[in-house]
Amino acid sequence: MKAIQYFRCLWGIFIREALRFLHQRERFFGALVRPLVWLFIFAAGFRSILGVSIIPPYETYILYEEYIVPGLAAMILLFSGMQSSLSMVYDREMGSMRMLMVSPFPRWYLLLCKLTAGTLVAIAQVYLFLGIAWFWDVQPPLIGYLLAFPALLLSGLMLGALGLLLSSAIKQLENFAGVMNFVIFPMFFASSALYPLWRIKDSSLFLYEICRFNPFTHAVELIRFSLYGQIGWVAFFAVVGSLLVFLAGAIYGYDPARGLMTRKQGGG
Amino acid sequence: MSEAALELSNVSFSYTKRPVLDGVSFSLDPGQFCVLLGVNGAGKTTLFSLITRLFVSRNGSINIYGYDLKQQSRKALAQLGVVFQQPTLDLDLSLIQNLHYHCALQGINPEQVADRLQLAMEEVGLADRSTDRVRALSGGQRRRIELVRALLHQPRLLLADEPTVGLDIHSRQAILQQVRERCSQDGIGVLWATHLVDEVEPQDQLVILHGGKVLARGSAEQIMQQTGSDSVKQAFNQLTRSESS
Repeated sequence: MKAIQYFRCLWGIFIREALRFLHQRERFFGALVRPLVWLFIFAAGFRSILGVSIIPPYETYILYEEYIVPGLAAMILLFSGMQSSLSMVYDREMGSMRMLMVSPFPRWYLLLCKLTAGTLVAIAQVYLFLGIAWFWDVQPPLIGYLLAFPALLLSGLMLGALGLLLSSAIKQLENFAGVMNFVIFPMFFASSALYPLWRIKDSSLFLYEICRFNPFTHAVELIRFSLYGQIGWVAFFAVVGSLLVFLAGAIYGYDPARGLMTRKQGGG
Repeated sequence: MSEAALELSNVSFSYTKRPVLDGVSFSLDPGQFCVLLGVNGAGKTTLFSLITRLFVSRNGSINIYGYDLKQQSRKALAQLGVVFQQPTLDLDLSLIQNLHYHCALQGINPEQVADRLQLAMEEVGLADRSTDRVRALSGGQRRRIELVRALLHQPRLLLADEPTVGLDIHSRQAILQQVRERCSQDGIGVLWATHLVDEVEPQDQLVILHGGKVLARGSAEQIMQQTGSDSVKQAFNQLTRSESS
């Protein structure tokens, strides 16, 4: 296999993911409406209740809307990553997963392509959201939009890899509801997406420690700092480390010799 | 290097403690149409999962055109075209988008195979519907497109796992004829799993799989002679009954 063939494979999988997303209009609007509801309604309601002091990367007092935008951007990546894992379970049940797995490319590469393609589609949604937020007076420096891209890519890959790992362990499509309850919501709420961690520390030291070790917190902070032209190094290393762990787990899970696939599929 | 299109040697597999496949061995030459005949639950789909490396068997070996599936899995898989028992087309994508996706998974530039693609679509009478969503096609048309897709990258071995199940008699005949033509014209090996005895021709190679074991292998004519049967159905019933009793 030559490099151009590897690229064709990646491009083909990306096009498929993008087309699937565009064809599923409910998913398209759902992905956009969810963070906008939080921004337009939740943030407006809580603006006066939740005061945010000056914390890095912010250099002045900011409105609550401005504070939660990086968290909502990460939320899009989180839901998209889990949606991608849902589609993997669906593909496995419906059979199209087999098409991917019998390709002569290395299996780790196919999974990485699937992950990258899903992440790029999610990043497009994030930029659309950031564009709408601009008109809602959430206006980071223009260079921040450019610098946020690598942060969004890393965070999206990390959350998508977590989704892949979960999809290798989920037995049936119906079990995905459990992922919502046990993964998405706890990850989102036990993070710095909606409130700074010092506020949580004031309430509960134990909860604060959980939030600090939550990979989603670091994804939010990586995006937040990059949007304001800075690099959060702790967040960067935490996201990269989590990405490697989740990806290794997912590749293991989809390895036919060692993984979990054989335990879940019956045969004729 | 072995010349067999497919060679299975003592392949066993179990999901739990109960074996689903028990010491399966047979081979298939290039240009041969080999029917893997067995009732539901005989182990056909599991065998296909092993040949396509969705599962890995710890016992036995599988070689595809001399490539060991464990040691040279990518080279072995590159020889394969597969029609799975479950439909694997993306219903929300158009017919052509599905085929382009397949090209990508094989590392092929769709423009390089555009002529072949057009020809194949004309053969199955769907050239004018290439931009239609798959959802709008009938079951038979979908199956035929899956077959076109499986052959698009010119594999040397075609695996078809009960591709005619649920189809009407005309669609079944059309698909069988399409595959038999490719088999004789292009010299590709075909492993055709089915539980429908009327899909077996006397000159076909036949492997009868029952309860995870190979009960008989050889040409259909030979197996009929060996069992003193007048038809494949009779031979099949005789072999499977004596095994069950």
